[in-house]
Amino acid sequence: MKLAVPVIGAIAVLFTGWMMAKAGWTIPPVETKQVGYRGTGAFVIHDKDQEKKTMAANVAPAPPYEPDPNGPRAKEAHPGLQVLGDLSEDQLNRLMASIAEWVAPEEGCTYCHNAENMADYSKYQIQVARRMLQMTRTINADWKQHVGQTGVTCYTCHRGNPAPKQVWFKEIGPTPTDTGWVGWRNGQNVVAKNADGSSLPYDALSEYLLGDRPIRVHTLTALPSGNKAGIMDTEHTYALMTHMSQSLNVGCVFCHSSRAFNAWDESPPQRVTAFYGIRMARALNKDYMEPLTKTFPANRLGVTGDVAKVGCATCHQGVNKPLYGANMLKDYLAELGGKTQ
Amino acid sequence: MALLSFERKYRIRGGTLIGGDLFDFWVGPFYVGFFGVTTAFFAFVGTALILYGAAIGPTWNIWQINIAPPDLKYGLGFAPLKEGGLWQIITICALGAFGSWALREVEICRKLGIGYHVPFAFSFAIFAYFTLEVIRPVLLGAWAHGFPYGIFSHLDWVSNVGYQYLHFHYNPAHMLGVSFFFGTTFALSLHGALILSATNPAPGETVRGPEHEDTFFRDTIGYSIGTLGIHRLGLFLALAAVFWSAVCIVISGPFWTKGWPEWWNWWLKLPIWA
Repeated sequence: MKLAVPVIGAIAVLFTGWMMAKAGWTIPPVETKQVGYRGTGAFVIHDKDQEKKTMAANVAPAPPYEPDPNGPRAKEAHPGLQVLGDLSEDQLNRLMASIAEWVAPEEGCTYCHNAENMADYSKYQIQVARRMLQMTRTINADWKQHVGQTGVTCYTCHRGNPAPKQVWFKEIGPTPTDTGWVGWRNGQNVVAKNADGSSLPYDALSEYLLGDRPIRVHTLTALPSGNKAGIMDTEHTYALMTHMSQSLNVGCVFCHSSRAFNAWDESPPQRVTAFYGIRMARALNKDYMEPLTKTFPANRLGVTGDVAKVGCATCHQGVNKPLYGANMLKDYLAELGGKTQ
Repeated sequence: MALLSFERKYRIRGGTLIGGDLFDFWVGPFYVGFFGVTTAFFAFVGTALILYGAAIGPTWNIWQINIAPPDLKYGLGFAPLKEGGLWQIITICALGAFGSWALREVEICRKLGIGYHVPFAFSFAIFAYFTLEVIRPVLLGAWAHGFPYGIFSHLDWVSNVGYQYLHFHYNPAHMLGVSFFFGTTFALSLHGALILSATNPAPGETVRGPEHEDTFFRDTIGYSIGTLGIHRLGLFLALAAVFWSAVCIVISGPFWTKGWPEWWNWWLKLPIWA
C-alpha cells in the first residue's frame, strides 16, 4: 500500500512522457488556409514540416519526350492491340516507356511482357494492365465531374509501385463474427485503419465503395418524421466520411457546414466533387476491380480472397487534389484521354 | 435595501488596489470602486459596438446577429472596422470588462478580509475566453481563428472547429474536460441532495447536522470528505473542467493538425504490445 502511490505515479509519468514524445505533436506556427466565410471556423490546418514532406512525395514526373502522332497506326504492326491500336507507333512506344516508369520502374517492360514475345498475353500483369488502361480512359472520359480536365494517369495511383499502396480490402476484424453474441462486435469497436484509427465500423468501405448503402442518413425535420436510419447507419456513414477526410488530409468542413451536414445549399462546392468521387470509386470497383479477382494470384488478394479496391486514398494519398493538381494527362491525351470505341 | 447589521463594519474606505479613495463608495447595495467604473466603461462600449455591428449587419433577429472575426489575410494585424475590426475592439472591451470585474471582486475580498477564492475561480472563466480569443489565434497566426459573437454563429463555429479534427471525442483534453464537467455536476447534486435531506427531516424531528451527513456517506461509500472538503472538491472539479476545456481547444490546431482519432496511435504503438 505504501508503494502503491509512487509506483502508480511512476507509471503515469512514463506513459505521459512517452505520449508527449511519440504522439506526433505539432509545434506552431502551422499552415492555415481559409475555406469559408470569416468566423465560421472553416480552415484547412496543416503541420508545416509534414506538408513539406507531402509536397516532396507528390511530384508528377515529366513526360520523357513529345511523340510524333503521325505515321502508321500501331495496330498494323501489333494486331493483338485491343486498347492502344489507334496510337501512332511513336505514341505507343512512349506510353510503354512511361508506364514502365510509373508502374514497374525496377522490373521494367518484363513486369508485364514476356521478353521472348512482347505480344504474349499470358502473364496476369498484362491482362490486368489492359483492363487498367480501359479504366483510366473511362475515368478521363466519363467521370469529368470528379477528375475535371486534370484527369488521371497510371501514376496517379501507382507512384512507381506495381500495386498501388493505398488500396483497401474487405476487413473482417480480429475475431470471426459468427460466434454468437459473446464477442460480437457489430463490426466496430476495434482500431478501424480506414477510419483514422477510430472505433467506428471497420468495414464501411465495403458498404459504400462496393455496395450502395445509403449514405445520407440525416433527418431533415426537427421532429421525428419517419427517418428509419439508426445510429449504426450514422456510424457507417461517419466511417466513410472519415476515410475521405483522412485520404485528402482535410477536416469535415472542407465539404460540409457541420451545423447541417445534409444541406447542399450550405455546403462548399467541393462536396459535389466528392459526391461524384464516391460514385466513381464504386463504379470502378464494380466494373473493373471485382471482375479481375480471378486474374490476380492469391498473394495479391485480401484475407477474404477479395481483390484490391479503389478508395479515396488510392489517388489522393493525403492531398486534396492528387499530385497537387498537376495535369499529367495533357501530355497523354491521345493515349489515356478518350475511351476505346 | 436595508443594510445588514454587520455591513457598516466593512463599508469603510481602504483595501483598494488602485486610485486610493477615488470611487471608493457604494451606490445602493453595489460597491463601485475604480474597477467598477472600468467594468461599466468597457461593458458599455462593448455592448454599444455589438449593437452597432448588428445595425450594419443583415438582421436584428437576436439568434442570427453575428459579429465575425477578420479574414485570415489580416493575420495578427488590425482589420477594417466592418471586416472584423469591430470584433477586435469588442474582444478588447470584453477582456477589459471581465478583468475589471475580477479585480473589483479582489477589492471587495480585501475589504471583507476574506480569501481570493471567488476572483480566482472567475479568473478561470476569463482564462478560457482569453485562450479561445487570444492565445489560440496568436499561436495559429491570425485573429481569424477566434470565435464570432452571435448566439447561433458561435455554436456553428464550435461545431465546425470540432469537426476539423474529424471526431473531437477522441481529443484527450476534451475527454478530461467533459469528465470534470460531469464530475462537478455529480458532486454538486450529491452535496445539494445531502444538505436538503439533513435540513428536511420527518415532521416533528429536528434538523440533522454534519455528523449525520458524514455518516450517510460513510455508510454508503466508506468515506465522507466533510463539510469543508466538499466545497474544496467542488471548486477543484469545476475549475479543472474549465481548465481542461481551454487546453482541449488550444491544442487543436496549434499542437495537433490531424484527426483526433489517430492521436491515439502512440498508445497502439506502446512497446508493451506493439
